[in-house]
Amino acid sequence: MSILIDRSTRVICQGITGSQGSFHSRQALDYGTQLLAGVTPGKGGELHLGLPVFNTVAEAVAHTQADATLIFVPAPLCKDSILEAANAGIKLIVCITEGIPTLDMLVCKIRCDELGVRLIGPNCPGIITPGECKMGIMPANIHKPGKVGIVSRSGTLTYEAVKQTTDDGFGQSTCVGIGGDPIPGTSFIDILTLFEQDPATEAIVMIGEIGGTAEEEAAEFIRHHVSKPVVSYIAGVTAPKGKRMGHAGAIISGGKGTAEGKYAALEPAGVVTVRSLAGIGAGLKRATGW
Amino acid sequence: MLLHEYQSKQLFKEYGLPVLNGRAIESPLEVAEACRALGGSRWVVKAQVHAGGRGKAGGVIIAQSPQEAEQFAERWLGKRLVTHQTGAEGQPVNRILLEPAATIDRELYLGAVVDRSSQRVVFMASSEGGMDIEEVARTHPERIFSTTIDPLTDAQPWQARTLGYQLGLNNSQLKQFCRIFTALARLFAERDLSLVEINPLVICNDGELCCLDAKINVDSNALFRQPDIEAMNDTTQDDPREVRAAEWSLNYVALEGNIGCMVNGAGLAMGVMDTIKLNGGRPANFLDVGGGTTRERVAEAFKIILSDQSVKVVLVNIFGGIVRCDLIAEGIIGAIKEIDLKVPVIVRLEGTHAAEGKRLLDQSGMDIIASEGLEDAAQRAVALAGGSSE
Repeated sequence: MSILIDRSTRVICQGITGSQGSFHSRQALDYGTQLLAGVTPGKGGELHLGLPVFNTVAEAVAHTQADATLIFVPAPLCKDSILEAANAGIKLIVCITEGIPTLDMLVCKIRCDELGVRLIGPNCPGIITPGECKMGIMPANIHKPGKVGIVSRSGTLTYEAVKQTTDDGFGQSTCVGIGGDPIPGTSFIDILTLFEQDPATEAIVMIGEIGGTAEEEAAEFIRHHVSKPVVSYIAGVTAPKGKRMGHAGAIISGGKGTAEGKYAALEPAGVVTVRSLAGIGAGLKRATGW
Repeated sequence: MLLHEYQSKQLFKEYGLPVLNGRAIESPLEVAEACRALGGSRWVVKAQVHAGGRGKAGGVIIAQSPQEAEQFAERWLGKRLVTHQTGAEGQPVNRILLEPAATIDRELYLGAVVDRSSQRVVFMASSEGGMDIEEVARTHPERIFSTTIDPLTDAQPWQARTLGYQLGLNNSQLKQFCRIFTALARLFAERDLSLVEINPLVICNDGELCCLDAKINVDSNALFRQPDIEAMNDTTQDDPREVRAAEWSLNYVALEGNIGCMVNGAGLAMGVMDTIKLNGGRPANFLDVGGGTTRERVAEAFKIILSDQSVKVVLVNIFGGIVRCDLIAEGIIGAIKEIDLKVPVIVRLEGTHAAEGKRLLDQSGMDIIASEGLEDAAQRAVALAGGSSE
């Protein structure tokens, strides 16, 4: 078991003919992902990486019965791509692209919610269920099928957590990068809910960072609704106030959104917090007794 | 991206919001003529910097005569203003805004922001204008009223009326407030703002409403479709290294320490900074080389880090996902060849094409310390930077 994706997930890629789309589609295929087609307007009828390319998502869905899409199109075009996929019956959209205007995302999020579409990202590394399906840009070789569910706002921080859980022999059920934007398609709470229900997930690692109140809201949710052990690391203890730290959403404004504030919310909710990025594996052992 | 007050007021004017007739002045020589042209007998003169707290720092005065305004211009133009929101070095004052002084009856607050929790644009109004609104929210939350914009319908007059009645406005004031609210909502949506504040929005003695101050934050991700706003960007307000980094699509933030950091991914870049601090060291910068990076950009990142004289050692931590470690290795080698490197470099590569990257570094014959783990890399960096500061 896993969450969101598994070996039966039927995937297409929007932007498959671009350089990033090509590189990561090739990696997904090599991993065994059921990547069935690509979509690039104007290139319909071509073959790319041995896969058929369609002009529209609707055509791709009609020919492949795809239920998930991986988006690599440039930021100015993402709103269009997300809405096209949502309207074509796709149920899971993973948008890797960074730099989408916030007001575009606001509309996409509302429409996806109305249509019952799960949107992961944008500005995220994607999702992987180790050994089954990879929809994203994460390096495959560090993953290992297992029992830890990982959810994170940051791509490369997720990889650090993955590597530690692999090195310690625990492996991962599913890893989800929800992305570093102020308005993510999916929240920590959404993913915590899925992990709580997933029998294969025995413990959860939640990686947050400065900015916003998503971690504080997650803490409140964990207190009441999550029975599995949760380990959390928050990046940005050393971040200065009022400065955007790379991610559009990573900013301490008006004294709100500090790493210390997030740790202070998580600890009384029963979350095992770790102050060192290298201590996630040790934190898991402490939380689970493994 | 932040706008200056005078730029924000230009946008306000474009959208029909009531602002005073003002002049942005670049030389004391322009002051006397501007005072004459604007009319009145008292003028408000404000230093234009990308920071709040200008009033308390002496960056705003009411001049009782053109001479006083001129003295203010001489005092500040070309100097740096330090407020509680700037660093110790302050921000350069290249312009001052000159406006005729208004006679104020009441000060209100009106602002809008993309609220991350509700994922909507939320407007806030308060009867306590002219104060720090976060302070009001803390001490008198009942004096702040808010309304959420439905993206399907956009801002509606009923929302303005509701806020207006909550603020205790009379009918004439309410009509003006509705116009201001609707125009501000249109400005917010059409120009991709992430924050706008009118603090204070004043009711003048003659009953007219006027936006006395204006603060605008624009969504940097949307600048591709806001070229005229992008052209307003005043990079003199930023750290020169941050400006140079932005030209190369690198995210750089200068800090006070001596361990230079080059990391891929914003979260991991913060994680590396935190790990250095946990091990007793001090990071000199935040630098995210980003996804899909090129050899040239990595080389440039190196040069920007090393342009900070306090950097004693550079820690490179790359976990390859979208960015391939062999590209990073080529960038590091290229940069070290190009510049006269005087400090040690510790490199940790992990992830996509990490083995190829390590091999390239080994074969380069350069003095690069390879490290297997983040903790190990941080400890080595702290030792080379002169040991723990604690």
